[in-house]
Amino acid sequence: MRSPDLLRHAWAVAAKDLLVEFRSRTGILSAAVFVVLVLMVFNFGRDPTAVSNVVLVPSILWVTFTFAAILALNRAFQLELENQALDGLLLAPIGRGSIYLGKLVANLLFVATVEVIGVPLVALFFNVEVWSHIGPLGGIIALATIGFVAIGTLFSAMTVRTRFAELLLPAVLLPFMILPLAWATLATTSVFAGRPLSEMAGWLKMLAGYDIVFVVLSLLLFPATVNE
Amino acid sequence: MTAIALLLLAGVYVRALVYTPVERLQGLAQKIYYLHVPAAVWAETAMIIVGIASTFYLFLKDPRLDRFAYASAEVGTVFAVLMLTTGPLWGKPIWGTWWTWDARLTLALFLFLLYVGYLLLRSAVADAGSRARFAAVLGICGMVLVPFVHFSVYLFRTLHPMPILLKPSPPSLPVSMLTTLLMSLGVFTLLYVGFVTQRYALGSVSEQLEGMGGTDNA
Amino acid sequence: MLRAEGLTHSFGAVRALDDVSFSVQPGQTLAVFGPNGAGKTTLLKVLAGLIQPQRGNARVEGGRRAIGWIGHQPQLYAQLTVRENLRFWASLYDVSPPGDLLTRLGLDEHADRPVRALSRGLVQRVAIARALVHDPTVLLLDEPFTGLDRVAAEALRRLLGDVMKQGGASVLVTHNVEEGTELATDVAFMRAGRFVHFAPRAGRGPEQVAEEYRRAIA
Repeated sequence: MRSPDLLRHAWAVAAKDLLVEFRSRTGILSAAVFVVLVLMVFNFGRDPTAVSNVVLVPSILWVTFTFAAILALNRAFQLELENQALDGLLLAPIGRGSIYLGKLVANLLFVATVEVIGVPLVALFFNVEVWSHIGPLGGIIALATIGFVAIGTLFSAMTVRTRFAELLLPAVLLPFMILPLAWATLATTSVFAGRPLSEMAGWLKMLAGYDIVFVVLSLLLFPATVNE
Repeated sequence: MTAIALLLLAGVYVRALVYTPVERLQGLAQKIYYLHVPAAVWAETAMIIVGIASTFYLFLKDPRLDRFAYASAEVGTVFAVLMLTTGPLWGKPIWGTWWTWDARLTLALFLFLLYVGYLLLRSAVADAGSRARFAAVLGICGMVLVPFVHFSVYLFRTLHPMPILLKPSPPSLPVSMLTTLLMSLGVFTLLYVGFVTQRYALGSVSEQLEGMGGTDNA
Repeated sequence: MLRAEGLTHSFGAVRALDDVSFSVQPGQTLAVFGPNGAGKTTLLKVLAGLIQPQRGNARVEGGRRAIGWIGHQPQLYAQLTVRENLRFWASLYDVSPPGDLLTRLGLDEHADRPVRALSRGLVQRVAIARALVHDPTVLLLDEPFTGLDRVAAEALRRLLGDVMKQGGASVLVTHNVEEGTELATDVAFMRAGRFVHFAPRAGRGPEQVAEEYRRAIA
């Protein structure tokens, strides 16, 4: 499968997913509402005198994003299931990798949108200055998101047809999310604490390594989830 | 085979408790080490074996490989649970707390969750062909995850005694303790082989029943 | 144009295909009749390349690019318009939808309406359009007339005829012997994964074929 074909078809799949998402808009709206709800819970749950916001915010950020990401992951293959279109995709002369990459890109953009909404909301609700750190923060968010969305996309292809799909996916995905989550939170904490960038280089390297390994692995394993 | 292993296990404990010197800093509780460490070794190794068997399954499509992976996962779960129970038992007298989020206990929890996820996935998929394929995919991902988690131990600051055996420099354990540990490791290896053989045989019978329209024993 | 050799495939203990061999030349339509569970859909899936047979092989001239599949699932995205659907599916084959496709199926006025807003009959016609959007030369039809309304069924018959006239080939699988015979140049009966009859239609009418089928399958 030549690269340009792979990417071109992947983009066709992704564009189609995004078009569908854009048409209905319920997905992104529910995700946004969800983020607000989670942040409210965090707000009511904390004791303002005990721990400063700056310390809490990294955890809040990452828990919120992870929950939102998990909810988002099911939508990708759910779409194909609802429209019974998966066989059509498999029948077309495109590589299985294109289907995976297309779904991955669509998922990433979806989760990225949630994160773009979430970061300013967190800054607003918890009165934390985020803009000055936005560069490194963006980098951390991007790397961690790629990690768990890549594996999540692979797993959602498997869980989508099972009976308790929405529960099974998080259960299976959890061990794979903990590491990027931990590294991202540590790196975020270090950023907010104003530590020099070199300190978080270690976490970023781990994240990047994790991403590369699991994106490649997911790409390689995806055909096994759809081929009979 | 399993019976012999269990007997040997009892033997190791006698040796561990009576013959091995008590460790200076940690006292009697340290004896759990001989249970905990081999359990940890095999909990990790079993997952890697699941991954290897799964890889071969995806290439060769031989259902026996899938059955073997499943058996290894079941046994691995048992060892992970053992790890999770002996860890705190060891920790409480020494650290004063049942649980701490230090790297080693977290590793135990990781492995346990990984196994549980694998077993859950298997039970959720009705079609035998898909079940084997999906389990293989998850198994391989799990196998790849294990080194990441294992090496995180070196990066995170930890309460846990630093690895004495599996670290770059030579083991720093006095000889008699080392011997007991190695014996225990040997016994656990036998246990692994014995249990897996049993579970494999059970799995084979179970699949035959399923094929004849019997109970769904996924 | 389409050749199958020794196709054998089992799902667990169930033998879905048992050494099936045949070929279909350009301009021919093979109608395969059989009861449910005879392996008809599996046969089509193997021909389409969706399933790798455990033994034997199937070859279609032109590969996946040349295959059009019409089954009971519309494979359309309800949220997108007719035009958007056609454009998407066509893009996967690296072509643009033929200009006259919508017209031939009487869909011009609905082209920019979302599929979910269309009546069932219209959706069926859009589904046919989708299957033909890349000008396939080999058609695989899985119970295509099930639930089609009169207009859609007529359109389908017409388009099938067009493809045949242009030298295409098709395999039509159904349990409705009367409907399938009219379109067929060759007829096969399938039971438990095997062809128990395979011959050119040679002027036999639907009732005659239906009678032979009942005797063969009973």
